[in-house]
Amino acid sequence: MKTTGLLTAAIAMVATGALAQDDHQLVTNGDIEIVTEAPAPDHVTGLRTIYSGWRFRESSLQEMQMDDFENPAIIAVDKAIVQWSMVDGAEGKSCASCHEDVEQSMVGVRAVYPKWNESAGEVRTLAMQINDCRTENMGAEAWKYDGEDMTGAEALISMQSRGMPVNVAIDGPVADTWKQGEEMYYTRYGQLELSCASCHEENYDNYIRADHLSQGQINGFPAFRLKNDGLVQTHNRFKGCIRDTRAETYSSGSAEFVALELYVASRGNGLSVEAPSVRP
Amino acid sequence: MAENVKPKVRVPKTAAAGEAITLKTLISHPMESGQRKDGDGKLIPRSIINRFTCDFNGQNVIDVTMEPAISTNPYFEFEATVPEAGTFTFTWYDDDGSVYTESQDIAIG
Amino acid sequence: MTITRRQTFMMALGATVAAAMPFRAFANATEDSVAAFTGGAEMGTEGLTLTAPEIAENGNTVPVEVSAPGAVAILLLATGNPTPDAAIFNFGPLAASQMASTRIRLAKTQNVMAIAKMADGSFVQATQEVKVTIGGCGG
Repeated sequence: MKTTGLLTAAIAMVATGALAQDDHQLVTNGDIEIVTEAPAPDHVTGLRTIYSGWRFRESSLQEMQMDDFENPAIIAVDKAIVQWSMVDGAEGKSCASCHEDVEQSMVGVRAVYPKWNESAGEVRTLAMQINDCRTENMGAEAWKYDGEDMTGAEALISMQSRGMPVNVAIDGPVADTWKQGEEMYYTRYGQLELSCASCHEENYDNYIRADHLSQGQINGFPAFRLKNDGLVQTHNRFKGCIRDTRAETYSSGSAEFVALELYVASRGNGLSVEAPSVRP
Repeated sequence: MAENVKPKVRVPKTAAAGEAITLKTLISHPMESGQRKDGDGKLIPRSIINRFTCDFNGQNVIDVTMEPAISTNPYFEFEATVPEAGTFTFTWYDDDGSVYTESQDIAIG
Repeated sequence: MTITRRQTFMMALGATVAAAMPFRAFANATEDSVAAFTGGAEMGTEGLTLTAPEIAENGNTVPVEVSAPGAVAILLLATGNPTPDAAIFNFGPLAASQMASTRIRLAKTQNVMAIAKMADGSFVQATQEVKVTIGGCGG
C-alpha cells in the first residue's frame, strides 16, 4: 500500500451494486458440511449475518477446499501427522504418547479455542497450549509461535473439529481479555487510521483495490495462502493487516494479539471450523 | 537434493474392464523457478521437477514435460483406461537427477 | 547472449512507447515456443477447450485444464511469463481422454494459450485471458 494521506483518499472503495459474495455451499470430501453463513452472534452488533472468508473467494479457489486432495494445506498436515508420533524432548515423549490418536483425542478442541486455562490463570490460544505441552510435558523446546511446525500442528488439530460450530466463550474468566480484544477491533491504527471494523465490518464484500474484502473471520485459520505458498497463522495475518494500516504492529504471541484472537474468533461463533482453508 | 519430496496419488480401488477413470497426482516440491532472488540479490538457481509420467502395466498413459511455470507442489489430473487389473506407476524426474516413484494397484470389479 | 535487432529497437523505444506496439512485437518467446511445437503450421480454432479462471486471485497457483479429443499432445503456454512454456502433455495409448488439469504460475495478467497437435498432424489453438489480481490489503 503506497498511498498516504487522508483516510478517504487512501481507500478506493468500489461498491459492487449487487452483493458480490455468492451463495455457494461448501462440502468437503463429499461428507463434511461446512457452515459458511450464520446469524451474527448477539455480541456482534455491527453485523446481521456472518460469512466465512470462503464465500468471498473466486470459485477456482473455493473448489480447492472441496477435496482434501486438492487442498494444498494438506501437505503440511501430512507432515504434522508424522510429527505427531515423533519423540521430541527430554521426557522421551511424542504428542501421541499422551494424546494417542489425534483423530479421537482432538475432536472439538479447536472449536473452543482460544479459551481460559484454569491452572495457568490465563487465556490460551491453541499455539500457546501446544507450546505449553511441549515445554512442560515433553521437555522439548517451544516452537516458533507462527512457524511451520506450529501451523502444521494447528492445522492437524483444527481439522479434527472441521464442520463443528465455532463456540468460543466470551464470559466468565475470559471476559476482560475479550473486552480488550473488542476494543482493539474497533480502534483505528496507523497512518491510514483503519480499524479492523473499517474494512471487515463496514466494508466487507466491497473491494479495496483488487482485494475482495471478507468479514475477516478466522474460522479457516491457519490458512494456506497462495501468496505465501504455505500455511499462515492467525497472528501472522493480524500482523500483516496492522502493518498494512502503516502502524507499528504487535508480535505473534503477544498479549494484544491473544486478546484480539479471542474476540475475532468469537465473531465467528456459529460458523463451522474450516481450517485449514485456502486463501489468496 | 530437494528435501521432503513426497508423492501422493488418488486412484480408484476398482474399475470395470475398459472403464475410464480419473487419476489425481500431487508431489510436494518447491519447483524453484530460477526467477527468484535471495537476500543478497543473487538469482536462486532453477531446481524443478521437469517430467512426470504415468504408466499402467507397462503402457504409457501420459508423459508431461514440465517447466518452471508449473506451481509449487505440482498437481495433475487426467484420465486413464483400465483394460485389466494391474498397477499404475507414477514417476517424477527432478532437475537434480532424483527420480521419485509411486505405484497403486487397481482391481477389476 | 546476442542482442537481436528487435531488442535493440525495443530498448530505443522505451517501455511506455513499446506498450503501444502491437502484441506481435512482444510475442518473440511465445512465437518461438509455438514454432518449436508446430513447425510453423497454420492453427485451427475448433476442438480444443482451454479452461482457466477469468480472475486469478493470486498468480502462484492458477488451475488450468486443457482438453482436445483426438489430440496426441497439448502445449500449454503462459504468454506473459518471463519464459512462456508451462507444460507439454503427451497422451499415451492408455489415456482415456486427451484431457489434463494442472496448476500454473502466472506472473501477471496475460493470455494463457494452448495448442493441440492432432492425430492427423494438424494443429489447433485456444487462448484465454486470465486477470491476475494483486495489491490491496492482502499484500
